[in-house]
Amino acid sequence: MIASTCLILSCLVLILAAIVVKGLPSLDLAMITQTPKGGYYLGKEGGILNAILGSLYLAGGATILAIFISLPVALYLNVYVKKGSRLASFTRFALDVLWGVPSIVYGAFGFTIMLYFGLRASLLGGIIAVSLLILPIMIRAMDEVIKMIPEKLLEASYSLGATRLETAMKVVVRQALPGILTAILIAFGRGVGDAASVIFTAGFSDSIPYSLLRPAATLPLAIFFQLGTPFPEVQDRAYASALILTIMILAISITIRILTRRFTRHIVK
Amino acid sequence: MQNIRLLKDKIAGRFMFFLTIFSGLLVFLIAIGLYIRSRPILAIKPLSELLFSTSWHPLRGEFGFFPFIMGSIWVTVLAVVIAIPLCLLAAIYLSEYAPKYIRESAKPLIDLLAGIPSVVYGVWGVLVIVPLIKDHIAPFFGTFSTGYCVLAGGIVLAIMIFPIIIHVSLEVLRSVPYGITEASLALGATKWQTIKYVVMRKAMPGVIAAIVLGLSRAFGETMAVLMVAGNVAKVPSSALEPAYPLPALIANNYGEMLSVPLYDSAILLACLILLLVVLLFNILARVVLIKVERSIQ
Repeated sequence: MIASTCLILSCLVLILAAIVVKGLPSLDLAMITQTPKGGYYLGKEGGILNAILGSLYLAGGATILAIFISLPVALYLNVYVKKGSRLASFTRFALDVLWGVPSIVYGAFGFTIMLYFGLRASLLGGIIAVSLLILPIMIRAMDEVIKMIPEKLLEASYSLGATRLETAMKVVVRQALPGILTAILIAFGRGVGDAASVIFTAGFSDSIPYSLLRPAATLPLAIFFQLGTPFPEVQDRAYASALILTIMILAISITIRILTRRFTRHIVK
Repeated sequence: MQNIRLLKDKIAGRFMFFLTIFSGLLVFLIAIGLYIRSRPILAIKPLSELLFSTSWHPLRGEFGFFPFIMGSIWVTVLAVVIAIPLCLLAAIYLSEYAPKYIRESAKPLIDLLAGIPSVVYGVWGVLVIVPLIKDHIAPFFGTFSTGYCVLAGGIVLAIMIFPIIIHVSLEVLRSVPYGITEASLALGATKWQTIKYVVMRKAMPGVIAAIVLGLSRAFGETMAVLMVAGNVAKVPSSALEPAYPLPALIANNYGEMLSVPLYDSAILLACLILLLVVLLFNILARVVLIKVERSIQ
């Protein structure tokens, strides 16, 4: 049993080690400060700044869009709806199921929406698909935090004459803020790393996206394309890009840990 | 003043209600959207031909999903077979045997494993697993393989579904009331006997649900599989042959699918099949988990 636990944990070490060992030698400053020049995918000059920024824009936009849906839903499920209501348990169930839907399906669904509105592969399309993808994660994560808030706090607020909206915005959100931030970061991390949902919807381009209606490159797809070329130099860059992506994800999850630890100290228990 | 506050409360309530309904119904919206798009091909071809024909020639208008479905099944089953023993043993160890500090420090690491993007898993598969199979495993069995095969996909997927299986199993194991463990120990059973005959028996439905969740995750996983499974549209006959799972088919054909008639419809039908299978698994697993949760309360 100890052996299998160690084996599972060593997979993590193995993955990180392999990516670092292969990625580090070909990682240089040009990779993260330049966009691909002509012939980049044949092994010429350039970097993947377009993909890094594209991924950040895309995940950032999707996260903001998802916050505007998730926060009201999470508040509604916990403040407005009575405990044990059918609607709440149905919604939670539906969201749990939605969480299991593969990201490629979100991509295809985003694609059908885009066809319906006559959009082409663009940053906007990618944002819509990714925001749908991270929606269940974000809502359920926020929901779990808000559920933890002691009932008494709400009752105290009501007894002072506050409406449900005021209670939700001024008491619940404030109390759950660290948890909500964590939920947002979790969703953001998922959005940065996902490739299958943007493959249909965001397209790919060699320039930094300056408009919502332009196709945008994303880091995971950049890795995929670079690895798909037959040139060893370009494949090495794919490993370096994978290292960059991994570092971004690690940074996000470490921030999440620090945030949860730091903020939980100041909360009314 | 009072009225305005109440009005605000009401309006916000309505607005939140609609958003909640929307997010609850999103699953159905996705299914309907995909169904509408895949109707053209369903209108022309019988479903059984689409599902069980092995001939995939989009240019000739022949869309048989059988090789892809079999590819998906091969890869997924292999991943689950690899993952089950490892995950169960690890979950039992972490919940029953491990001291608290090991359990508490293993959890973030497992979460970290869950957070690694699937492309990185794919890159790792290409870097480590594919050469391993090509140079060591395939010669060991006396055959030749490029390394891009069912086994590579299965191994990478197994690692990807470790976190979810362990996470859910841990929660299920922790929900087993401590009283019955103590009762069993008091009767003189050893720790292992207690785990085998008492804890596991009580936790079995939840653990199966955890495995099913892992299975459906593996079934829908795209990028990593696309990168290591080989992508040859043929029913694989052994674990060392290439496969072409459904998600890889979908992801690979986004470019050309609008130029061939019925192609986009066929691809979105593949999406719909994927969605329905995953939904079925997920709904079953979640229902079991909810029952498990209720039984402790």
